[in-house]
Amino acid sequence: MALRAAVLSLLSLFALFALCATPGAAQNPAVIPGPVPLEERILTGSAQDEVAITATFSGSELFVYGAIVRSRFLSVGEGRPDIIIVVRGPSSPVMVRKKDRVGGVWMNRKAVRIAAAPSFYAVAATAPLDEILEPLDDFTYRISIDRAVLVAGIPFSSAADPASFGDALIRLKRQSELYRYSPFGVTLKGGTLYQARFRMPANIVEGDYEVRVFLLRDGHVKDQARLALPVRKQGVERVLYTAAHETPLIYGVLTLFTALFFGWGASELFRLLRR
Amino acid sequence: MQIYLPIAEMSVNALLLLGLGGMVGVISGLFGVGGGFLLTPLLILMGIPPAVAVSTQAPQIVASSFSGVLAHWKRRAVDVKMGLVLLGAGLVGSWIGVQIFSLLRELGQVEFFVTVCYVVFLGLVGGLMAYESVGALRRRRNGAPPRPMGHPRRRWIHKLPWKLRFKQSKLYISVIPPVLIGFSIGVLGAIMGVGGGFIMLPALIYLLGMPTNVVVGTSLFQIVFVMMFTTILHAVENRTVDAILALLLLLGGVLGAQIGAGLGARLRGEQLRLLLAALVLLVGLVLAVNLVAEPSELFSFSHVREDA
Repeated sequence: MALRAAVLSLLSLFALFALCATPGAAQNPAVIPGPVPLEERILTGSAQDEVAITATFSGSELFVYGAIVRSRFLSVGEGRPDIIIVVRGPSSPVMVRKKDRVGGVWMNRKAVRIAAAPSFYAVAATAPLDEILEPLDDFTYRISIDRAVLVAGIPFSSAADPASFGDALIRLKRQSELYRYSPFGVTLKGGTLYQARFRMPANIVEGDYEVRVFLLRDGHVKDQARLALPVRKQGVERVLYTAAHETPLIYGVLTLFTALFFGWGASELFRLLRR
Repeated sequence: MQIYLPIAEMSVNALLLLGLGGMVGVISGLFGVGGGFLLTPLLILMGIPPAVAVSTQAPQIVASSFSGVLAHWKRRAVDVKMGLVLLGAGLVGSWIGVQIFSLLRELGQVEFFVTVCYVVFLGLVGGLMAYESVGALRRRRNGAPPRPMGHPRRRWIHKLPWKLRFKQSKLYISVIPPVLIGFSIGVLGAIMGVGGGFIMLPALIYLLGMPTNVVVGTSLFQIVFVMMFTTILHAVENRTVDAILALLLLLGGVLGAQIGAGLGARLRGEQLRLLLAALVLLVGLVLAVNLVAEPSELFSFSHVREDA
């Protein structure tokens, strides 16, 4: 992965050099060589190309790095760009329920179906989002946590205020560390190299995760890059999960007999030991 | 040592689960009950999704009751005919229970409904047991002879039609009460994740008047087969049976049961029953408080599975 990223960055450097070199000197002498327009591209890579959920999985750390390539050096007055990195898990509809007091006891009364919410969502940036990201761009690219959760769903029952259910979902997800926002989580070195670390907690679910990296100037997204990050159960976890969902009957029978074997076997063993 | 549960999709401490299984095992060995009524609420309090906690109990109960059935079977302490009647009704009950459970899951009311069932049954059974054993202890202290067990007034039961002869229990009674008992145990097993021994034993003794020497074997016989069926149904219908969770609880449970059985031999019957009653009432009380007290978090969420 790292190798691929390196080759990629070299290739794009060459491409950019070629791009700036052509209009300049030899071929068209009539054009006066002026300041080359600043073009920036973002390259990205990650230390892992997948996350494996094994039986002893207790969370994982994801290291995302990359570089910005430019058509030329930055001149005075051109500040550093900003970078936002988003790690996003698979999305699915979510039922959010609210307890209410009914005749002295508390039970779920109201429910709202959130159209789509990612199972995991982590945002890291070089500065707080409200300082570096225009609302319109946030809306277009769905970057901040609020934009990633699509509240606009069908009101399920007598829910008065769907937005408060959306807020509750985000709050709960943040409490269990499944949604995270670190405004200074990305470090940018020399205006060119960047890196960020993400903690994936132990309670993540499997699926096709995605890393998206945005390059911003003046609050607008100038370039973006993506990386696929499959999160898969492995070994025993994989086998059991697949069996439970694809051949539930066989899974049920096997679970039963394994349990029977261990339970009965263990108590027979104890009886023998006691003799 | 953390371990990731494949169906519950969460990471838990394996030693904690082993310990929990062991603790409940000690209690079940000590009192001769399955312990499902303790384990399910504890798992839910631990954060295991209620649906997974309830349905994973089923294989666990089968495994821990199986050697008991074998032992009773060898001693011919199983009334097979009564067992089959209870079992047939239990299978129907289990099927209906699993359907109710699926419906509750859709409505998001599993936790509430399971908790209410627990509060009601633990309260009832615990209360009755406490009343009975306090009475027995008091009589013993006063020097009065212990009152013979069983055979309270059950005249109304003898007026019911469709009588059958149960030779081993020396009973000639209507088939309706055993069918109703078996059916309710099946439903409760599927919804509450319990074997139902703590309800079936008193029902068989006090309602039907079965002799105590075949009661335990017969109820274990019914529980093992109904719970086998329940495991398969939960696996197919709800996909909530977690094999790893079941095994961890089981290993702890078998070990604990051995210790408990050893301890139990040193305590007197009435004292044991009073202790068990106190325990049952305590669990019921904790759950009742959870139901009535304002929860610190009103909201909860669940991802909707598209593959289901």
